[in-house]
Amino acid sequence: MSVENLKRTPLNDVHRSSGGKMVDFGGWDMPVQYEAGVIAEHLATRERAGLFDVSHMGEIWVDGPDAIAFVNHLTTNDVSNLDDGQAHYSALTNENGGVVDDLLVHRFSEDKLLLVVNAATTEKDWAWIEPKASGFDVKLRQASDDYCQIAIQGPKAASILQTMTDTELSSIKYYHFTTGKVDGVDSIIARTGYTGEDGFEVYAEPSKAVQLWNKMLDAGASDGILPCGLAARNTLRLEAAMSLYGHELSDTISPLEANLGWICKLGKGDFIGRDPMQKLKDEGLKRRLVGFEMVDKGIARDGFEVYIGDERVGEVTSGSPAPFLKKNIGLALVPVEFAKTGQEITIDVRGKKLAAVVVPTPFYKRQK
Amino acid sequence: MANIPENLRYSKDHEWVSVDGDIATIGVTDYAQHSLGDVVYVDLPRVGDSFATHEAFGSVESVKAVSEIFTPVAGEVTEVNDGLNDAPESVNTDPYGAGWMLKVKMTNPNEADGMMSAVEYEEYLNASE
Repeated sequence: MSVENLKRTPLNDVHRSSGGKMVDFGGWDMPVQYEAGVIAEHLATRERAGLFDVSHMGEIWVDGPDAIAFVNHLTTNDVSNLDDGQAHYSALTNENGGVVDDLLVHRFSEDKLLLVVNAATTEKDWAWIEPKASGFDVKLRQASDDYCQIAIQGPKAASILQTMTDTELSSIKYYHFTTGKVDGVDSIIARTGYTGEDGFEVYAEPSKAVQLWNKMLDAGASDGILPCGLAARNTLRLEAAMSLYGHELSDTISPLEANLGWICKLGKGDFIGRDPMQKLKDEGLKRRLVGFEMVDKGIARDGFEVYIGDERVGEVTSGSPAPFLKKNIGLALVPVEFAKTGQEITIDVRGKKLAAVVVPTPFYKRQK
Repeated sequence: MANIPENLRYSKDHEWVSVDGDIATIGVTDYAQHSLGDVVYVDLPRVGDSFATHEAFGSVESVKAVSEIFTPVAGEVTEVNDGLNDAPESVNTDPYGAGWMLKVKMTNPNEADGMMSAVEYEEYLNASE
């Protein structure tokens, strides 16, 4: 796709003028990194603060008396467990128990939910969700164009953002949110993220994106905040062993296989994909996602084959150098009999069989 | 603008060569390291390995990607830069110095004469942008 046909976030010009190296990400023209580079951006987020344009993510409003029932019908987690102002991670599943997308569900009230879905799958998700609303008393609205979304992440994120808002951020617990003004701009302020750090995701009108972005960079300058591209976003989430749709999750991978049993509330009542998931659970998983570390020098990349001896047993779903841990790590889907800590595996790295070992995940866990 | 020292020869694959008699020292250019991003691993051949012109002799891996590197001149490897094991980032910080990759005893000591000069390489970069 040529650059002219790519979708742009409201921060596109800012990325270009501040040295962002732009790439096509799922049809969006996005910065993969800035001048500082992926390692510096990654470390800034772990040690201080990083700023991410995630305006490409999709937003869908679900309004109406059946909002909770409808989203419970579509997703694996139990929406009835949410309080007002609380969010959770969940999965949209298909009839086979595979994953259409992973998402966040925010409860504003019992008849008002906000779904935040992946950028590249927004249209697919809408096409999946929209026809299923018949029979439910809900109104759906694809609202992706109504919001920019900026993530400020890292140990300094709260103190930096606090300088821009009267909302008492310490009162927002992890995976909770509120509405309030940030730099005078009406926003949704959610204590969520995709980095393994404390931090916030701020949703606001797209026309305010540049103001908010620049103000956050200014407010965080003395703390060493850096704008971060998609490359750092990926290495940060991988160190935290968070799934990336299209890699650890897909239409043919069960959330149970991806270690997401904790978001699969099979006892909550019927939902799309529940029965095949229950069957899989009853019969026992055949394969499971594991974390591994390279033992030999070399880097396993997405799609590389995993071997036990001469037998090909699985595939790397995500593999990368881990800038904070300073190891080469990855996630792989392997048969359950090999999904145990300490299991020695080899990975075909461009024709060389290199040694790796299964390790517990997450690779990185922040000190609270 | 990429740094392009005048005394070196350049390939279209963005390698540089410094010639001393029949020994060629080879690395990747400032332009190449900038495109690669943060280099975290350099896979180099062994001393004694022989390569034809334009054969892949190893790879450079950044956080995001892996790129093969090619010998711009044919010959036998006489030395590799072991320092890159511990400090692969030298490819980024000093591509023409500490980031050198290998020395090759050239089969044809004049082969590098056919490579681009600094001026030609600069024109090549400008044309490909």
